[in-house]
Amino acid sequence: MEQVMSSISLSAIAPELVLVACGLIVLMIQAVFGSRFRDSFAYVSLLGIGGAAFLVLTSPGAFESKIVEYSFCDMWVVDNFSRFFKLIFLIGTGLTLLISLRYLDNEAMQHSEYYALMLLCTVGMMVMASAAELITIFLGVELMSISLYALAGYTRSRMMSNEAAIKYFILGSFASGFLIYGIALIYGTTGTSQIPAIARYLAQAGAGAAVLVMGMALLIIGFGFKTASVPFHMWAPDVYEGAPAPVTGFMSAGPKAAAFAAFVRIFMEALPTLQTDWIMVIWLIAVLTMTVGNIIALVQENIKRMLAYSSIAHAGYVLVAFLAAGELGLTSILYYMLAYTFMNIGAFAVITMLAGAGETRVKVEDYRGVGYKHPVAALAMSLFLFSLAGIPPTGGFMGKFYIFSAAVKQGYIWLAIIGVLNSVVSVYYYLRVTVAMYMQAPEKDEDVPAASALSPALVVAIFISAYGVLSLGLFPSTYVAMVKESFLSFL
Amino acid sequence: MNPYVPVLIMLFLAAATAAGMIAATTWIGPKKKFADKMEPFECGESPIVNPKQRFSVKFYLVALFFVIFDIETVFVYPWAVLFRELNWFGFVEMMIFIFILAVGLIYVWRRGALEWD
Repeated sequence: MEQVMSSISLSAIAPELVLVACGLIVLMIQAVFGSRFRDSFAYVSLLGIGGAAFLVLTSPGAFESKIVEYSFCDMWVVDNFSRFFKLIFLIGTGLTLLISLRYLDNEAMQHSEYYALMLLCTVGMMVMASAAELITIFLGVELMSISLYALAGYTRSRMMSNEAAIKYFILGSFASGFLIYGIALIYGTTGTSQIPAIARYLAQAGAGAAVLVMGMALLIIGFGFKTASVPFHMWAPDVYEGAPAPVTGFMSAGPKAAAFAAFVRIFMEALPTLQTDWIMVIWLIAVLTMTVGNIIALVQENIKRMLAYSSIAHAGYVLVAFLAAGELGLTSILYYMLAYTFMNIGAFAVITMLAGAGETRVKVEDYRGVGYKHPVAALAMSLFLFSLAGIPPTGGFMGKFYIFSAAVKQGYIWLAIIGVLNSVVSVYYYLRVTVAMYMQAPEKDEDVPAASALSPALVVAIFISAYGVLSLGLFPSTYVAMVKESFLSFL
Repeated sequence: MNPYVPVLIMLFLAAATAAGMIAATTWIGPKKKFADKMEPFECGESPIVNPKQRFSVKFYLVALFFVIFDIETVFVYPWAVLFRELNWFGFVEMMIFIFILAVGLIYVWRRGALEWD
């Protein structure tokens, strides 16, 4: 009992507590006062995000020392790795909230549930990044996923949105089953669910047990689903297409980063001794994910669906970095996830702005003439798409550069070649949107979509994203220094 | 020999006997089908509507609330048993837990999820 009490450290979970409190406050505002103070939902939520980010940044030793602090009976760990990922999640959620303000007004869906679910989802992701124990990671996965299922179906009068939610829920629960089964098998062989303890056990006892390898395989399936890697990607296009545009942007950045955070922590810290078993599998998954994602994206007409496949492809690039492991590989995962959050949410900000009521303008052909009617938005969209394609001087280019150089240094020459070829393929479909915006004329001038969801908050979000993408591309050294502090602080 | 093996054999024999009787009567027994015979036999009212009806989604909502607040009880019982040992620490923790659930209850109530119509 004494041991339990002494390991409780509220300061270690302060950012999460702030977010939970803000989520509950938002719910209570609407429950008690009705819709009278509906404008306050966003402010309270953004305040919570800012407060949590402040707490992450000012926690003792943040990004300065490699101190790893365990608390709650070694179930919770605060290190720079988790701090960095938490910042990525908070940036993603903050930007998404800014984007969705006017969108929700237009859809007449300005309810507290949206904000509460967003905040709780972020808490789930933060738990995944900070958990040092498999069951706690699973708890985070579930908190994140259940919030996402509801968010995907948030525009409940739209059939597509409902379909997205149901599909995501059924397939997601199935994937969670794989995850928990994998955890059970690993617990069964090692006798503990704590990540450092598993590593110690395997270092001593060796890693020959077939059951252990099976548990690892099930974990790969579970995380493969959460990161939308081929062949576990089938849900992603339908869900990304059906979910409300701001939620889609959110979902393809934060939760994916969270899944990678937990994936990296489990595999690099708990199961490094099994590396020989997983290398071939992940190699194959990485190649398939990059190739399938990019090739299917080529023929997509719906821009949300196209970015869904693009998001699958990006998971493949991150898996390349995952394979490369080591200092360079892991730093490039962190760097890439940060860049991806900015560029992807930025692109979805522009999509949200132009989608119109009921999201009717989401085809690539709808973007014809946007370059002349909304020059700033088109410029920003082009920047984000260039970054997604990996064209300098953007964050996406630097991210890919680090990933592929890490792969080459570790001897994965072929993987790097396939990755670069894939990047070339991807340029075609990203530029198709830019070409439509600047070089194709709509049949009638009225056909150019109006900026219906434009609001000061959305402009701020686009500028922050553009700043992030450009500064990650032009001044990578500042970020690399931060990333170097954060990578692998658990090894 | 494992002491459970006789039990398993017994289980298997019992299941086989029961299944065998049903199978035997199905195969060997004479079958004369007519309308009255196809109705549920001497067990309750004769059906007036098709039982495959859709239920109101409200039932699921109530079931969901039940599960959530049922979980509360699951946590409160062991806490009550260990109340003296846990002392103030346990009291405060449980109050926080119940407070969060109460927030949920207020939310559910004020948003009208408890009203049937």
